[in-house]
Amino acid sequence: MATTIHIDPSIKAFIDKHGEETFPYECCGFLYGSDANGRNITVAKRVTNSKYGDQRRRFEITPQDYLEAERYAAMNDLDLLGIYHSHPNHPAIASVHDLAKAMPFFSYVIVSIMEGKAVDLKSWKLKDEERVFEEETVLISQLSTI
Amino acid sequence: MATILIPTPLRKFTENNSKINIEGATIKIAFESLVGQYEGLAKHLLDDKGNIRSFIRVYLGDEDINALNRDETEVKEDSVISIVPAIAGGAA
Repeated sequence: MATTIHIDPSIKAFIDKHGEETFPYECCGFLYGSDANGRNITVAKRVTNSKYGDQRRRFEITPQDYLEAERYAAMNDLDLLGIYHSHPNHPAIASVHDLAKAMPFFSYVIVSIMEGKAVDLKSWKLKDEERVFEEETVLISQLSTI
Repeated sequence: MATILIPTPLRKFTENNSKINIEGATIKIAFESLVGQYEGLAKHLLDDKGNIRSFIRVYLGDEDINALNRDETEVKEDSVISIVPAIAGGAA
């Protein structure tokens, strides 16, 4: 059964803006919130796309930035729940490159940026015990700040 | 005992523990002990040959074990080992 991810409208706007600003290059960042009563995303943090090569179709996050994201979650009593990135001039469909390094548990939110404008947002999560992505149901609704 | 820090996405396999104390003279032995204790971790950390997967980075303190002696890197009683998933992808 598909899982549901609740994203605060301010977070969606934050992701859209990031993707539009970095167009035609991919942006990326971390998503935080609570998993206690459904998956609620209340905080997003930008991170530098450190991919060496063509950032128009690839992104990468350094181990140092990842460790910092874990520290931020622990210090702020948040759950690190996923990653977002943009697909410039591509649909918000998870690619084989997205799948190759996907981890269980995380939500992988993708925003499609067409000619500089955010047009779609989808979220993907590995199926339990399988290396297959399943699309999550995305609900954009006001969430109280943790 | 050394301490292994478990990243958030793998904590479902460690009964939600973020830190595991483990015996082991090297990274390889410590990982074998870890997956022996938490079987669900094995397929996410190790490949079919028992080697650490290419998209998992391991740090001893602040140092990448690839810059040390890889999985033969010595582990001490007070060592802190971080498991770091590679985060990457892209449109095409």
